[in-house]
Amino acid sequence: YSSSDISDHISVTVRDALNQALDEELERDERVFLLGEEVAQYDGAYKVSRGLWKKYGDKRIIDTPITEMGFAGIAVGAAMAGLRPICEFMTFNFSMQAIDQVINSAAKTYYMSAGLQPVPIVFRGPNGASAGVAAQHSQCFAAWYGHCPGLKVVSPWSAEDAKGLLKSAIRDDNPVVFLENELMYGVPFEMSEEAQSKDFLLPIGKAKIERQGNHVTLVSHSRMVSLCLDAAAVLAKEGIECEVINMRTIRPLDAEAIETSVMKTNHLITVEGGWPQFGVGAEILARIMEGPAFNFLDAPAVRVTGVDIPMPYAKILEDNSIPQIKDIIFSVKKTLNV
Amino acid sequence: LVSCFTVGQHNGLQHLRCDLHRLDEGPSVQTVLTREDGLRYYRTMQTMRRMELKADQLYKQKIIRGFCHLYDGQEACAVGIEAGISPTDHLITAYRSHGYTYTRGVSVKEIMAELTGRSGGVAKGKGGSMHMYAKNFYGGNGIVGAQVPLGAGVALACQYQGKNEVCVTLYGDGAANQGQIFESFNMAALWKLPCIFICENNKYGMGTSVERASASTDYYKRGDYIPGLRVDGMDVLSVREATRFAADYCRSGKGPILMELQTYRYHGHSMSDPGVSYRTREEIQEIRSKSDPITMLKDCMISRNMASLEEIKDIDATVRKEIEEAAQFATSDPEPPLEDLCKHIFYNDAPLEVRGTHPWMRLKSIS
Repeated sequence: YSSSDISDHISVTVRDALNQALDEELERDERVFLLGEEVAQYDGAYKVSRGLWKKYGDKRIIDTPITEMGFAGIAVGAAMAGLRPICEFMTFNFSMQAIDQVINSAAKTYYMSAGLQPVPIVFRGPNGASAGVAAQHSQCFAAWYGHCPGLKVVSPWSAEDAKGLLKSAIRDDNPVVFLENELMYGVPFEMSEEAQSKDFLLPIGKAKIERQGNHVTLVSHSRMVSLCLDAAAVLAKEGIECEVINMRTIRPLDAEAIETSVMKTNHLITVEGGWPQFGVGAEILARIMEGPAFNFLDAPAVRVTGVDIPMPYAKILEDNSIPQIKDIIFSVKKTLNV
Repeated sequence: LVSCFTVGQHNGLQHLRCDLHRLDEGPSVQTVLTREDGLRYYRTMQTMRRMELKADQLYKQKIIRGFCHLYDGQEACAVGIEAGISPTDHLITAYRSHGYTYTRGVSVKEIMAELTGRSGGVAKGKGGSMHMYAKNFYGGNGIVGAQVPLGAGVALACQYQGKNEVCVTLYGDGAANQGQIFESFNMAALWKLPCIFICENNKYGMGTSVERASASTDYYKRGDYIPGLRVDGMDVLSVREATRFAADYCRSGKGPILMELQTYRYHGHSMSDPGVSYRTREEIQEIRSKSDPITMLKDCMISRNMASLEEIKDIDATVRKEIEEAAQFATSDPEPPLEDLCKHIFYNDAPLEVRGTHPWMRLKSIS
């Protein structure tokens, strides 16, 4: 519970929090503009940009044709020439068509130019598995983008995360990949009075401990944080106290927060929706091996991940393709040897 | 000496007439060349030529490494374009970019030191041949075609900011078939972006001639709904007039326009390409003797008594000296310090820890 008066908390969905962030930043800086498919007159494919076109008009909210490589490149060029674009990918699956512009034109340019050419751009959109959208529309890109120097990669979970991190991303002078989650858009969260303010920012690169515990550290990002908290609630009834860390940022990774926790709990499990090989969990485990927390592990650190297959359609198959609460509980008990 | 003259059809010069696509009128077929402009164009082209030849030398001595795509033969394009726009306009090109880096304001010294990878290079040695930048010049881009949407984006910023500036977006005959270029054409036309798309057609994309790469080699028509013009890219005045025309067109709010410059490169695709397995030495020699842009301008000015042979020789000597001094600097300037390795990852950011080659190497990035 927060120590402040709960009556000043309101319930805000992730979608509305994102919308607020966009609205506030568009109002604050006239160089900020949004472009992407259906962001204007359709109010956004997932309604994240609802009402913005009506308020800001054609100049600031731009509907693009279905040409990702072209409009992502246009967005990067606009950023190079002094504007602050927000480039929406309807889902990050479509960003693959434009990935050269994200990596080679945006991420690397400040370095290649030795500081002459910054690229203040945000690429945002839903990432990862949804419900029933099958293989081509369900991939998680956290590991792919998280691999590249020159990019910041952010993955919010709660409404507060969404608002504070999106505002920071827009104000950041560097290319930021902002990975939202479609299944989280409609989920309501309590938002404190502080979080409701127009100047509410969350720092990129800092994880948050959502739940304190002494027995095992669960590290996660995006929707999987919800599952970790649910699993923790079940385990608490059996006397197992999980510390749940919400990464908030994939790159730069807050390794220190994870290490500090592991040095306390002596057990580590990462939980992600993406595929296991060369994934977010793989990176965390490697860092723990190489860092001071290794000597504090009482058991090998393990990863809970999506199954290593393209996403199937049938509900029973889809449900069994991504981590479920029971998978987290099982892994915790195995790790703790109970 | 004559201070200026009018170049036009009545002088028997056919150069200035362009082929037009979806345009009722083209650039003026008459233009005035002042002595001052003529000497400046000559000096700029000669500087570019000698700079590229010096780069060739340094590459063969292994002082320049990696990629090196030389521009000699195409000088009239870069100089003519710059003469047709203002320094407040914007320009972006692909990897054959040393000439444009110069016309956009970077000194020969800083260009050569970037090629040799020294700290005095325009990008402190971190970019190399294809990644040099300046105010209103967005490189130097290594991925074929990727610079075209970027250029359209710069044009969008020009329109957005309302300062009546245009963006010149260059690409080659090889890149002309890239899908993202057509995506850029569509959005530029839809939103009437002030973008001058320019196809520098030097007849070969690497080792593939235009006939072997493109179903249609009328590159000036490939913008379809975008008006186009095809221009003699070996004549600096034709390029200048066409660029002025195109810039006026864009500034008037009519939207994008496309220019094809017919030009030629003497060198192969890059320094690792001798350039004779896919074309004949005779062809190269023919262009050199009949259509060299620098020779043509020199002959034009001398024959009309706008410059004396001595003056030209003086300019040549001055240029040679400048290039020698730049090469001296480029070969003696130190390489960037190792402390620079992790710098410039992020702009305006707190220092960041960067992983080195092993876990015990913890480097720092300062922005």
